[in-house]
This record gives sequence, structure tokens and C-alpha cells, in this order.
Amino acid sequence: MTTSALQHANTSTTGQTCLALEKVTISYGSFEAVRDVYMDIPRGKVTAFIGPSGCGKSTVLRGLNRMNDLIEGCSLRGRVVFDGQDIYAPEVDPVEVRRRIGMVFQQPNPFPKSIYENIAFGARINGFTGDMDELVENSLRKAFIWDETKDKLKQSGNSLSGGQQQRLCIARAIAIEPEVILMDEPCSALDPISTLKIEELMHELKKTFSIVIVTHNMQQAVRVSDQTAFFNAEAVEGGSGKVGYLVEFNDTEKIFNAPTQQATQDYVTGRFG
Amino acid sequence: MTVLTATQKPASLRFNPSLQRNKLDKLFTLVSAGFSVIVVLPLLLVLIYVLLQGGRLISFNLFTQLPPAPGLEGGGIGNAIIGTFVVTMVAALIAIPVGVGGGIYLAEYSRGGWFANLIRVGNDILAGVPSIICGVFVYGAIVATRVFFGQSYTAAAGGIALAVLMLPTVIKTTDEGLRLVPKALSMGAIGVGASKFVTIIRITLPSAFTPIATGIVLAIARAAGETAPLIFTALFSPFWPEGVFNPIATMSVLIFNFAIMPFEAQNELAWAASFVLVVLILAANLLARWLRRFAN
Repeated sequence: MTTSALQHANTSTTGQTCLALEKVTISYGSFEAVRDVYMDIPRGKVTAFIGPSGCGKSTVLRGLNRMNDLIEGCSLRGRVVFDGQDIYAPEVDPVEVRRRIGMVFQQPNPFPKSIYENIAFGARINGFTGDMDELVENSLRKAFIWDETKDKLKQSGNSLSGGQQQRLCIARAIAIEPEVILMDEPCSALDPISTLKIEELMHELKKTFSIVIVTHNMQQAVRVSDQTAFFNAEAVEGGSGKVGYLVEFNDTEKIFNAPTQQATQDYVTGRFG
Repeated sequence: MTVLTATQKPASLRFNPSLQRNKLDKLFTLVSAGFSVIVVLPLLLVLIYVLLQGGRLISFNLFTQLPPAPGLEGGGIGNAIIGTFVVTMVAALIAIPVGVGGGIYLAEYSRGGWFANLIRVGNDILAGVPSIICGVFVYGAIVATRVFFGQSYTAAAGGIALAVLMLPTVIKTTDEGLRLVPKALSMGAIGVGASKFVTIIRITLPSAFTPIATGIVLAIARAAGETAPLIFTALFSPFWPEGVFNPIATMSVLIFNFAIMPFEAQNELAWAASFVLVVLILAANLLARWLRRFAN
């Protein structure tokens, strides 16, 4: 059912694996949200998670940098291997994991501080000792928002528009120089123009970072991603509610044009309930 | 489908005051207005009475002189004003760190288990404990045992008694203030690799500053006016304060002592002290309201 990520041939970067999920099952209390996910997320690419609501794609995303630790009763079985280490091993510090694997959320959530401080925050707590002005400028430039903010760095991050706030949040994630950036439906609260800007931004960012994005917008997955994972949910016998699982994971082009699974075909063509 | 004829006029839309429901409406409006007047009446009467009785006695000497010996004229309440500030300061220095710390634990660290609920319930009960009980407790624990360098009645003991009174307010407002901060903010900080401690200190706590500061100011205003816990902890002193490990005069105890004395000069000082105390507490409440405006 799960297809290995090592199939792409026509891309420049090597098919190194960035994050490997091995039989990952995530539960809330006794309820299993998503079951038995195997997946090799490639380095230096954009990987999209698509699927209907409740299929566990956001849950899996949050499992990739241990954000699920903050949700009470949430537990993960299996292994998530990053740089040869299982990030769920007992000796691993989740704070260290999140410094290497940053996150951008669905709702833009700038800190109620100045634009400058929003960027400097992550760097400071990571013990950054270099030129802070330079770091702030570089991060804002990389997030395509420098021109709009360079004259008002001292203003509150909340004074920006929604789309600008989201790019500020991306700049904030870039500033800690992670290896991976996770994006949980980063455009669902934005207008089409802001969405377009963030999509362009992602093409730029994948030169430096590996990106994993959850999206409800299939066109967006086609536009931005190299690899796509389709999740679905199915009712289980004797259980209450549906359990999510990974249906198919392959090159985005294959998922949308020649999926191997009927469920994927139905979903990407819109014939899905 | 019916068609209106000339005889079937539609009902008028005009307001009809003779209708039963409109009469009742008017009656209940009047009744509730009457009760709300009764509610504010005591406040207004107390304020006006204290302002008239005490306000005319305000002079420069009132703030700079000691109370006169019984039978003598003039004098002031300078020592009691300083004493109220000292005792309240001691109380705030204890109650703010402990209360804010406890609130942070409840809102951020406790995972809503039985222990946190026990503390929340206990805190609500503590808020309802009569202030004189707090005084008796501190008397038994600190004054009678002479733990402070063999001293019995001390300003420090008074401050501790007031701190016990302030704690529930500070804990509750901190707890509730922190829980009102959107989860997305702390998620954002944790998502860029901030530890829990850094997230709370740098993001969550500053965001909840307004409600916490408001709660602290209200707690201080309440403590500053308390008398019962001070009578047998800080006691009283006719002299200038001699540090926190000696008995100290406070305005509220001065009012209690002087108002019932058979001397005109002392009675007048009690009124003057009432005036100063009321103005201070009013100012603190206005400050709290002003702080609250920032929340919106």
C-alpha cells in the first residue's frame, strides 16, 4: 500500500530521507486517530499531506516535531527517525527536536511584540550571538516580506494583514535555521493573493529546507509539492469513530494523474463523499 | 388566501400603553431602577460623609506629624500613613511572587488533575475566610511564638497576615488571566523551539499582564483597608516606624483606636485618616479600571 519515496529520478537533489515514519500510530487517549503509517519524507523537497477531514494528516504532521506532546492524552507508537535518531526515544529533548523541525500554524500567530522581536525571539532563545539586525533582515527577505516591513520593524506584528502575518510567522520559523519546516494548512485563513505569495515562497524555501505541508486544497498540493501523501479514514469494527491511515504516497504527479489506489483516484477527481 | 376587506382593518402597530404586558414592563423597570439606586446609596453616603467629615481636616501637618498625646491638640497621622505603606508593601512582596507563581502552576503546569482542582477549591475557600481569622492564625503562628528576633507584635507579622488575605485574589486572577491567553501564541513559541519556561516568561505572562496587574492592584487595595488582621499582629505605635520588626501604626488601626476615644483631637484624626484611606483605595480601584482598559 505504501510506496517508497525512492522512485523519483528526474530531480537534482539526491533522494535522501529526511524523516522516516515507521509503523506510526497516534492515539488520543484510547482512540486511535491514525494507524500504522510508514513513510519516508525526502530531504530538500515539498511533501504535501492531503485527505478528507479527520483522516489524521494534521495529527501526523504535529507528530513530526512532537507538538502532540502538548495535547493531553496524545500518545505515539512506532518510530519517527530524524537524522538517524528516533525523536520519540526517551532520552530525546523535544525542545531540541522543535529547534531543528520548525512549525507554521493554520492561523497566523505572531507574538504581540514588534516585527523585529518576533524574528529575534527564536534566535535569542537558541543562543544566537551574531548580528541580530542582519539575521532579522535575512529572515524577512527569505520570507518575501522585507520590502513591506523594513520601515516598520518596531511596529507590532499584529498590525500586519493576515497574509503578511503568516509570512512573518514563516520568517520567524526560518530565523532559527531549522532543517525542516512543517506547515499546517498555512493558507486556509488567507486570501488567494496571499496564498499565491506563500506558494511562491515555498518554491524558494525548498532550496534550503525540507517542507511538509498539510493542505485541503488539492490544486495547492499540485502547485507546490514534489511528493504527495493521501490519507483517508475508515470505520473500524468495534471502534467508535474512524481511524486514519496512509493510502498512498508517491510523486505528486503520479498521485494526481496515475494513482494506484481507487480511493486516491476518487478523492483527487472529486468523486469522494 | 384571504383578502382584506374595508371592514377588516389590519391591527395597528402603534404602542399601546394600556396593554397588560406594557404595564408590567414599566412596573419592573421602575422596581429594578429603585433597587439599583438603593445599591449605590450606601457607597455614595459613606463617601460623602467621609469626604465632608475628613476632608476639612486635611492639612500639611496631618501628613508630617505624630498623633498627639491624649488631651493635647493638633498633631497628625504621618506615622500611620507610612505604616500602612510599609505593611502593605511587605504583604505585596510576599503575596505577588507566591500568588503569581501559584497561578502559573495552576494555569500552565498542572494538567488539570485532582491536585490542581484541590488548590483551586482551597483558594476559593481561602478567599472567603474572614479576615480576623487570618489575623488570629498569624498571631498564633508568628506573634505568640516570637519567631522574629524575639519580637512579638511586628509590622512583618501584619504584612504576612495581609499577604494571606491577598493571596487568593492574586492566584485566581493570574490563573484566569493566563488561561485566557490564546493557545496559538504559546504553540507558536514552542513551535520555534522555546522551552516551556521561556514560553511562559516571554510570551504567555506578558500577554496576561493586564488582568494580573489588575488583580494585584485590587488585592493591594483590599489589604490596605483591612483592620482586623492588623489589630493583633502589627498592633499600633504612637511613634515613627522603627523597621519591620517592631510594632507599627497603620491608618486602619488608627481609625479603630482613635474613633472610640473620648478626645476631640483623636476623633478628628480618625476622620482625617478615614478620608486619606478612602481616597487611596478609590485611587487604587480607578488604577485597576484604567489597567483593565488595556485588555480590550
